[in-house]
Amino acid sequence: MLSNLGNLLLFLSAFLSLSLIYFSFQCLKESQELIHSKIFQISLVQSTVILACFFTLIAAFIISDFSLINVYQNSHSAKPLLYKISGTWGNHEGSLMLWVIILVIFSFLFLIKNKLHPKKFRLYTLIFQNIIILGFLFFILFNSNPFTSISPVPKEGLGLNPILQDPALAIHPPLLYLGFVGSSIYFSAAMAALITDYSDKSFALSIKNWVLISWVFQTLGILVGSIWAYYELGWGGFWFWDPVENASLLPWFAMTALFHSLIVLEKRNLFYFWVIILCLMTFILSVTGTFLVRSGILNSVHTFASDPGRGIYILSFLSLLIFGSIFLFFKKYCAKNYSINSNSKETFVLINNWFMMFYLLTILIGTLYPIFTDALTDSKISVGPPFYNAVIFPVVVAFLIFMAVGPNTKWIKNRFDNLINLIIIAVVAIAINFAIFYFFKSYTILSNLIIISSLFLIISSLNDLIKSIKKSNIDLARIISHISFGFLVFFIGLNHNFSIERDLNMRVGETKKFHNYQIKFKNLKLKDYDNYKAIIGNLEVENIKLGDKKTLNPEIRIYENPRTLTYEAAIKTNFIKDYYLTMSNIDRSEFYNIKFQKKPMMIWIWISVLFLTLGGFLRIFKNAKNN
Amino acid sequence: MLTKKVKKRASLLSISLIISFLAIFVILQSLKNNILYFKSPSDIKKNQELDFSKKIRVGGMVKKNSLIVQENEIKFVITDFKNELQVSYSGTVPNLFSEEKGVVAEGKLQDKKFFIAERILAKHDENYMPPELKEIMKKNAK
Repeated sequence: MLSNLGNLLLFLSAFLSLSLIYFSFQCLKESQELIHSKIFQISLVQSTVILACFFTLIAAFIISDFSLINVYQNSHSAKPLLYKISGTWGNHEGSLMLWVIILVIFSFLFLIKNKLHPKKFRLYTLIFQNIIILGFLFFILFNSNPFTSISPVPKEGLGLNPILQDPALAIHPPLLYLGFVGSSIYFSAAMAALITDYSDKSFALSIKNWVLISWVFQTLGILVGSIWAYYELGWGGFWFWDPVENASLLPWFAMTALFHSLIVLEKRNLFYFWVIILCLMTFILSVTGTFLVRSGILNSVHTFASDPGRGIYILSFLSLLIFGSIFLFFKKYCAKNYSINSNSKETFVLINNWFMMFYLLTILIGTLYPIFTDALTDSKISVGPPFYNAVIFPVVVAFLIFMAVGPNTKWIKNRFDNLINLIIIAVVAIAINFAIFYFFKSYTILSNLIIISSLFLIISSLNDLIKSIKKSNIDLARIISHISFGFLVFFIGLNHNFSIERDLNMRVGETKKFHNYQIKFKNLKLKDYDNYKAIIGNLEVENIKLGDKKTLNPEIRIYENPRTLTYEAAIKTNFIKDYYLTMSNIDRSEFYNIKFQKKPMMIWIWISVLFLTLGGFLRIFKNAKNN
Repeated sequence: MLTKKVKKRASLLSISLIISFLAIFVILQSLKNNILYFKSPSDIKKNQELDFSKKIRVGGMVKKNSLIVQENEIKFVITDFKNELQVSYSGTVPNLFSEEKGVVAEGKLQDKKFFIAERILAKHDENYMPPELKEIMKKNAK
């Protein structure tokens, strides 16, 4: 029943998309400046239909309707309600539904929010957005339909992978998709701008909040994913340079470059074509990421069961996007002479963009290189964290310094009259750095430089804050985001330099010592839960120097549906450090594998990212108020 | 005669070109130094020019009854059903590491028969196998 209803609604939304495109072309032929109310209505109905369709799927998951293959494969009647619901988008087909919803809703909101912009621009945006919507609807209908039914109806579902049964992973996909898919709207807007020659600063006004919204959610999505990886995957890190993490970073860099360049387009009417390129690139990178993840080409944490048909479909859709946008771009491109002074805010924004492109290129090459060598030379290789660390971190030093200096420069032409100020800040930063390293006794040149430059950024942003409060024109959004980025790098630096890690094989009852620590393996308990059994270890970690004792309880969980073993890390968080301990059992032996880590400043890394997005939110509200 | 404006633009252009080339050069250089080759025990046996100082990844199955756990060390044998490699590892093993399951180990070869692993790679699904491993298994199962 739900299967028929779902399919009907899917076809209906495809039909509505087609009619939107048709009526938009009709409306373009007319000379009046107003958009037909018909178009608004269809767009609203389309949003309602697609939402109804999604709720149908959620309903199927809630009532465990195993007549749908998708529910059968990804759910189980004994699963907690929250994970039944989040299971809807925890799989390939359901997540595509989420894609389409965001595409449709953004399309509707962009249409009603931009009343001050020309009719042609708005209608073409609507047309391009609906072409994308149709592309994904066809993909869902003919390749990845979540409403495909199965007969005879199975009695019980196969269940959701236990490591996905987690609150962080319940909200991770929606957040990330708002970023990924949100970028579609300025892709469409950029295409529309090219067609209608809408090439001045009002184009920047029409998309700037959309860019910020997608950036904020992309950042939050990455953050939640990274927190999940930290406590769930059990290796104690928060970033692995896994191809999928990389896929989410690529559009992030493009977005960051984009909203910096947008400021220049808005204020100085420069860089129009560069902004267009960035708009197009962001969405193309998002789809590329989806392709890499869903086609099964890459070997990664996110193993959606792969199917070559999907890969081919997304690849052809991606090529269509790329060639379509390149064709339109060069048809409209005309060289413009931007004469900008080398010491001006414009230049500093360009420098920001160079850095972003450098990071983007590094990660793109690192991610794609293994695919090409595999296809061309038949040797299997992988590119791991050492590559990214070697390329990215040294460059961060210069980046942070430019980031500190840039915002204080003036438009058009700048003079460095605050040089002494900068030198004082640098001296203070260096002094604090040496204090830190003297105190903790650990030393590499690069980590010193990174900490100095991050302190430099933090202090000079604080300085800006004080100055602008005096003049009472505060750009709070910028200052908060820049300071938090400084803190982010600073805390990552401390975390990286002062972590302690130890692997031990221990029997129950044993005690082991290392550095200033002593670990006592007291006992094991067995406990039954609703959907799993747990072996719970009881370990006591003591810092001998401080006499501080903490009890940690790592778990080994045995799930039945589907049959899986997972290890739950025990984490004790406080304001200056995390203790992180995992326990695993080894075949046919009385030894347990214990991994103990001390991770300084972990919580501050998450908090810095939260504040980074807070800056984005503030800017969005300020823009909304000014319009 | 070049005008001042043209000169300025030319210098700006050449600077950005040089920077871009430098950036790409740096990226490719460190890529060359940091890639990890993936090999099966059979590849290692066949290969004449092995660089023992470089890290590699080795994949295969953990051989039945080969796992020995000691106080500071875990020993096991990786097999691809044709050739075998003895592995020594001192660290924690990821979820789902056990005998007769697929494994990918990262580390350095000591000689053609003995491998010291620094890391055992995590897998998150019991039926999941890295694509590289699947291919090897397919080839050798025949």
